Amino acid sequence: MIDKIFYVLSALTIISATLVIISRHPIRSILFLVLTFFLVSAHYVLLNAQFLALVNIVVYAGAIMVLFLFVVMFLNLNEEMVEVKSYLPWFAAVISGGSLMLIVTSALEKAVLTSPQLVSNYNIGLVENLGSVLYREYLLPMELSAVLFFIAMAGVMLLGRKERISE
Amino acid sequence: MENQIPEIFNAIPHTHYVLLSTILFVVGLIGVMIRKNVIIVFMCIEIMLNAVNLMLTSTSAYYSHAGGQIMVFFTMAVAAAEVAVGLAIIVMIYKNLHSTNIDVFQRLKG
Repeated sequence: MIDKIFYVLSALTIISATLVIISRHPIRSILFLVLTFFLVSAHYVLLNAQFLALVNIVVYAGAIMVLFLFVVMFLNLNEEMVEVKSYLPWFAAVISGGSLMLIVTSALEKAVLTSPQLVSNYNIGLVENLGSVLYREYLLPMELSAVLFFIAMAGVMLLGRKERISE
Repeated sequence: MENQIPEIFNAIPHTHYVLLSTILFVVGLIGVMIRKNVIIVFMCIEIMLNAVNLMLTSTSAYYSHAGGQIMVFFTMAVAAAEVAVGLAIIVMIYKNLHSTNIDVFQRLKG
């Protein structure tokens, strides 16, 4: 049963990610991207990583996608952009991407993925375990990410301010 | 909660998750290479980041080590900051060039 769920979910994820890159309208791309994020969150739930599923929905589908939608509406990109006429870039991109996938899968065939299973705690994805790990072992990166957010906020304000008339 | 093995670890080998993340990453990469609209290129970078996140989470869950999921958490934090700054840059370029076509951006060279 659960393997069928996994395969259907994977197929839907790949299809919606493909629709992001082939749909002509930017708004449609964004909506398919939201769908992709929700499907990836469903994968996280399947992997017993509930905390990451929630954070994925809140951060990606909530914050980042609102930013994208806001920018697309703000820039008024409703007219379709003239894409390339020839199909040569598509062929080149698909061939190079496919060869990358071939390299990874052939390396995967040789890889020995034995599971060490030294610690067999299967509840690591829950909030209590992940939170205690985050605030004990990874406290410094956590604080540094707050500094990163502060710098990003200051940078966005600096970029978005009105240009002063140079005298 | 009791510490029982989730059903998926016995039903699905870890290799399938690696394959799924690779396919998602390649889809994002193809999108970066062929699209002209810079906002869609940005969205394809988000797809690639999500593929890497899925890979890290599945490895962390299968090998029952919390480090991977913490790394995904930080990746999301960095992605949020990156999107905010990147979209601000795109809006500023649009104000100057009145286009989001990536071919127009080569006028920026200085």
